[in-house]
Amino acid sequence: MSAVPAMDTAPLLELRGINKRYRMGDAVVHALQDVDLSIVRNEYVAFIGPSGSGKTTLMNIVGCLDRPSAGTYFLNGKNVEELDDTQLARIRNREIGFVFQNFNLLGRADALHNVMQPLVYRGTPLRERRRMASAALDRVGLGNRLDHLPNQLSGGQRQRVAIARALVGSPSILLADEPTGNLDSSTAREIMAMFAALHEAGNTVVLVTHDAEVAAHAHRTVTLRDGRVISDTRRAVPAAA
Amino acid sequence: MTRLLEALRAAWGAIRAHLLRAALTVLGMVIGVAAVIVVVAVLQGFAHTITAQFKSLGSNGLIIMPYQSREAALAGRQARLTPDDLIAIRQQVRDIRDVVPVLPMARFSGEVRYGNRSTASSITATTPAFAQGGVQYPAQGRFIVPGDDATRRPVAVIGAAVIKNLGLPAHPEGHYIQMFGGWFKVVGVLNKLGTLLGVIDQDNQIYIPFQTGVSLSGRSTPPEIIIQLQVARAQNLAQVEARITQVLRRQHHLLPAQENDFKIQSSGELIKALTKVFDIITLVVAGIVGIALLVGGVGIMNVLLVSVTERTREIGIQKSLGATRGDILLQFILEALLLSVLGALIGLLLGWGLALLVAHLVPALSGAVVPGWVVVLALGFTATVGLVFGIAPAAKAAALDPIDALRYE
Repeated sequence: MSAVPAMDTAPLLELRGINKRYRMGDAVVHALQDVDLSIVRNEYVAFIGPSGSGKTTLMNIVGCLDRPSAGTYFLNGKNVEELDDTQLARIRNREIGFVFQNFNLLGRADALHNVMQPLVYRGTPLRERRRMASAALDRVGLGNRLDHLPNQLSGGQRQRVAIARALVGSPSILLADEPTGNLDSSTAREIMAMFAALHEAGNTVVLVTHDAEVAAHAHRTVTLRDGRVISDTRRAVPAAA
Repeated sequence: MTRLLEALRAAWGAIRAHLLRAALTVLGMVIGVAAVIVVVAVLQGFAHTITAQFKSLGSNGLIIMPYQSREAALAGRQARLTPDDLIAIRQQVRDIRDVVPVLPMARFSGEVRYGNRSTASSITATTPAFAQGGVQYPAQGRFIVPGDDATRRPVAVIGAAVIKNLGLPAHPEGHYIQMFGGWFKVVGVLNKLGTLLGVIDQDNQIYIPFQTGVSLSGRSTPPEIIIQLQVARAQNLAQVEARITQVLRRQHHLLPAQENDFKIQSSGELIKALTKVFDIITLVVAGIVGIALLVGGVGIMNVLLVSVTERTREIGIQKSLGATRGDILLQFILEALLLSVLGALIGLLLGWGLALLVAHLVPALSGAVVPGWVVVLALGFTATVGLVFGIAPAAKAAALDPIDALRYE
């Protein structure tokens, strides 16, 4: 497929010697230890590991929701360590698109307004916001559900709204945390197909999951255990999706 | 600008999502503002009613009263105005008319009898020109005429309340009432003035001829009087006052170093003084009632603090989508501001309505007056309270850690 851009050689994100420690009472928990990782544009990566392995902490750091205790993180050439809270919020707004296990839609807002929300923080004018959001909902096949509130939508539809919201600002990375965890298996397949299609269309996708079957959709699997990366494997990209 | 508008929209959305809660939250504010408006409207209504009554005196009216400083009183001097002063003013001051002596016979407690009934009235001795001021005039019969005064006739002109209190017939002219141990023939009934502040009955008045009053008060000393007069042309008021001062000082043989032993008050000044007193009372009472607004602010803060906890997850989502601390801060402050201003507007309407109702129910009040400054003040103060009490919840929301907030159940 000629539409697929060639992989960039410069990494989109690069983590070096990342450590994350929490204090829990008197004990210090090492959630991440010496993690080195780099991801290039248009990769489809899965972070896999049992609960407590540090995969969610890693995703939070990658998503700029959290800061490492030690180590450096470059995202799109920017050293995240040097950024203040407001600049981190800006990165989350422009570079990251989150998809959560429990969808995390705003309950009072309809599908369209949920998808418009990230653009609000970007200062996009209303008319433009509306146009972009309805286009994004069209892409996930919900162009006819713009005015539905989250509680009027099925789980799969909600997750598709969340994906549209993650996509609407054309971020550098789609970060999905157990995106199928709350869905039945046939809906899960639909959602995974959607991620595959998005990757196909040129997006960089990072999945966080404990489910090997879900991870198998990705082209690269980073396995974590006790806060360390214990394996990082790529499988041959199929000739055609 | 877009961000402000969006924050406003988000704040409004949050309020609209829980309308009943919002209504209960602002209840304190509503009651506070309504109370302030009612108090101010009623007090100012009274002030207007009273000054309107004084205005009918005519802004050209002057009242000269004896006046004594504490020092003068301690020195044993006694300030007084006498009929000689009146004559001097009449003869030596130009541009004035209706100069009348007023001799208070009994301020509040003169006993009056008719048949087997008795009442206490304010009894004043004065001359015919008194009725030319336009405030008091005979509604029935006549006022005191020059002949009454010259021959010290025992006649009386009475107010409407006296008829009622004594059980006199509706047209009491020709009937006799008993005062100061003698009989006075009623010759006229005065126009009704109504009550002042709903307490002081201005119609419980009796007027008798000045000379009759003088002879009753004893002949040994000249009687102490108050002098009322009208200035013919308003622009001459200051000159007339200066001239009267000159005449009276000479009359009283005051040395240049001595201060006046009388006081000249114009009705304009009285109105001004009265208005000032009422404004101060209004401000003080409104201030006290305004404390209710602070309580209302605390109510808003409490509900918003709870609301922040309740919406922790929502705030987490907003932060994950790129909302900055500033975005969240602005949204919650605006929510507090919007709540308090909405409360104030509702309170304003409610207070206005209540004030109109009070004005309708209290006959002494000619109408409720809601001055512009109280509306501006109430809205401004409420907005400030909302802003100040919005800061704590907003800061709490803005400081939430996005990960903790997203995990919050």
